[in-house]
Amino acid sequence: MSDAITHEAHHHGPPTGAKRWLYSTNHKDIGTMYLIFALIMLFLGGAMAMVIRAELWMPGLQLVEPDFFNNLVTNHALIMVFAVVMPAGVGLANWMIPLMIGAPDMAMPRMNNMSFWLLPPAAILLVLSMIVPFFGGGQTVNTGWTLYPPLSIQSGMGMDFLIFTVHILGVSSIMGSINIITTIINMRAPGMNMMKMPIFVWSWFFTALLLIVIMPVFAGGVTMLLFDRHFGTSFFDAAGGGDPVLFQHIFWFFGHPEVYVLLLPSIGVLGMIIPTFSRKPLFGYKSLVYGMAVLYGLGLIVWAHHQYTIGMSIETTTYFMIGTILISIPVGLMIFNFIFTLWKGSITFETPMLFALAIILMFSFAGTTGVMLAVVPADLQYHDTYFVVAHFHYALIPGSLFGLYAAVFFWMPKWTGHMYNERLGKIFFWWTTIGFNLTFFPQHFSGLAGMPRRIVDYNMIFTEFNVMSSVGAFAFGLSHLLFLYIIIKTVKGGEKATTEVWDGSSIGYAGLEWTVPSPPPFHTFEKAPVVK
Amino acid sequence: MTSNEDSYYLPELSKWPVIAATALFITLLGVVLWVNGGSLWITGLGLVGMGYMFFGWFGQVIEESMSGKYNAQVDKTFRMGMAWFITSEVFFFFCFFGCLFYLRTISLGWLGGEGTMARSNMLWDDFAAAWPLISLPNGGGGLYAEAKEAMGPMGLPLANTIILLTSGVTLTWSHHGIKHGNRFQQVWGLVLTVLLGVIFLVCQAYEYYHAYQEMGLTLNSGIYGATFYMLTGFHGFHVAMGTLMLFVILVRLLKGHFSNEHHFAFEAVAWYWHFVDVVWLGLYLFVYWL
Ligand code: HEM
Ligand SMILES: [Cu+2]
Repeated sequence: MSDAITHEAHHHGPPTGAKRWLYSTNHKDIGTMYLIFALIMLFLGGAMAMVIRAELWMPGLQLVEPDFFNNLVTNHALIMVFAVVMPAGVGLANWMIPLMIGAPDMAMPRMNNMSFWLLPPAAILLVLSMIVPFFGGGQTVNTGWTLYPPLSIQSGMGMDFLIFTVHILGVSSIMGSINIITTIINMRAPGMNMMKMPIFVWSWFFTALLLIVIMPVFAGGVTMLLFDRHFGTSFFDAAGGGDPVLFQHIFWFFGHPEVYVLLLPSIGVLGMIIPTFSRKPLFGYKSLVYGMAVLYGLGLIVWAHHQYTIGMSIETTTYFMIGTILISIPVGLMIFNFIFTLWKGSITFETPMLFALAIILMFSFAGTTGVMLAVVPADLQYHDTYFVVAHFHYALIPGSLFGLYAAVFFWMPKWTGHMYNERLGKIFFWWTTIGFNLTFFPQHFSGLAGMPRRIVDYNMIFTEFNVMSSVGAFAFGLSHLLFLYIIIKTVKGGEKATTEVWDGSSIGYAGLEWTVPSPPPFHTFEKAPVVK
Repeated sequence: MTSNEDSYYLPELSKWPVIAATALFITLLGVVLWVNGGSLWITGLGLVGMGYMFFGWFGQVIEESMSGKYNAQVDKTFRMGMAWFITSEVFFFFCFFGCLFYLRTISLGWLGGEGTMARSNMLWDDFAAAWPLISLPNGGGGLYAEAKEAMGPMGLPLANTIILLTSGVTLTWSHHGIKHGNRFQQVWGLVLTVLLGVIFLVCQAYEYYHAYQEMGLTLNSGIYGATFYMLTGFHGFHVAMGTLMLFVILVRLLKGHFSNEHHFAFEAVAWYWHFVDVVWLGLYLFVYWL
């Protein structure tokens, strides 16, 4: 009886008008919305970074009030983590996972749309948190993205907005993760067993599993913050028997795995790009999957390496030190998998591949500084200096952001049906990579020399390094206008992309996305394909 | 080509997700304004929106399910969705239990001057750590007021434990009734479960009232009161939600929505209820008893 309805639902083309987007139940449209949202927020978060770097261009106070500076630092981080990298990753998951495993859509298309549409409200709350202090909302949020009490208990109502931003984002990511895990387990085409899945799908499987564990914990933590602020509880106040350090444990129980949430999808992307352009199957597919599993397990039990300086006992810090250093084993393993995939491949250097190679190099650098930071006596010196800033920007920009850029260049021909302009792509690659390194490489030195992070002013001896950083940052920021231009140009037109797009695309553990036309029709795989 | 058996049901455009997101936004915006001295009506508006959304969205899913649009694969999706949702809830409570353990066994000791990490000599000289913590480090000044006594495990909490455990049994009894087509058993098992849920909530409300009025145990009574209310409060909220869900399932049962084979909605709520049950056991053990 419902035949007619089901039938209809499956065969009309894209709906028209605003409803197509607002009421969407299509993984491709929702993926597109995620990606566009991330791009917009990238420019917002990037603009904040530009103000930060302009302020730090010279010692002394130039542009902004110290409190507002710290507020910019806070929101820059929160936006980049929660409103850029995570949504972009989910956008890729939405677009690619169903296409890769031969599913007609995500398992729960309506919930999928809700996960997306929670993001704009969260962004609104976050922006409100920034502007209410200008309208009598009390002290700005000047805690940094870690929201440590007691400072976060003293700030004005902006903090309440941030707390609920976190709640909404938490709901969104948990629903997104449930959807992704269910899709991966339940929606694979016949023959696409787990150990044949493209590595990108595996990377999202672990990412989603992580999110389901950590987001509720973070939500609980900020809820306690809310109660301490308004309902007289004393979770984080020693006068009532609580402990401010408790919040740090909660935050980093979430925060450390969170960096893998940011990293893993991009590792998955590398696992697709490097075989394609080396024209060789991924080296050690299984070991990479197991490596991610180990990373998952270890990642959950090493959080306190962010808190070496708070006065934990020697046994505790030693445990966290050993755990953290152990993590470099699975991380190193991934790097070696990629290098061995390159070995004796017939390599070509299209833009995605350029990004991939640069990521291997620069991310290894972050791994190295990471191991330095993991060593307790050393970290007592480095903690809260620009050395940490350099470390995590080397981890996050190549490790996460460039992975996403690479993915955009890699799959944009599939999404739009047009090839991007290779020359512009390469220019963007070099421009942005040089800009990035110029920004953050000097910060290793200023950090080692003792320049503290999250402070509006600095000692004159750090001036040269900071001028370099600022010049680099403006170049880096500017390069993104080219990125935007390339994207718009490719969406509008360009050389027609073939079904396979890249000649090495179906090598090894490839996804089924290369078997559907570019761009794919609105509905794909209505009848499940059979994988041999 | 599409017969229901071999095609996965893909829903048409749906307005519910945006409505849900908007309603949640309004609700939380309202809470921000409320905790900063505003009134609650914006939150109320958001909650009405949420209620409308739940009716509409779940109503649509029920209607789709009843008209046979879901195949076995969709059924599996629902099961996994619910299982993973409960997993995330487990970690939500894990957070609060973790805090309780950390405060009780680690940081309170330091505050009381234990070990190499002792802090009391710097802060409050004569503070002695104890659990339940009645005498506060700062002697109850400022934001905090000391409670007169702690909540014991006997009396109401014990009764509540028995009530919840019994409700788990009546729910399972009802489930067996569904599987074997025994109408009396399924309906009365569920009615009893709902009633037990309501009784539990009434008891807990009374317990809170008693604690506030007679024992002076409030959110402001230092870390003991804070953890007590946080854990039992969030649990109580989950019981309330669970009772509501059970009630909806009861209505659907009376309407004859469930067959011996197809009654996942019932099972989902049962999973949830058992989860809430288990959390309570943890609470009873670590908050009331030990
Ligand atoms: C070999 C692997 C890694 C090790 C051993 C490591 C170690 C560390 C340590 C010990 C710190 C704390 C430094 C301090 O505050 O004193 C730190 C900070 C940080 N790491 Fe890593 N890390 C590794 C990889 C990564 C990756 C892959 C990412 C992200 C993709 C990342 C992101 C961060 C961030 C964001 C912070 C700073 C957080 C903050 O204080 O705001 N790290 N890392
Ligand atoms: Cu970490």
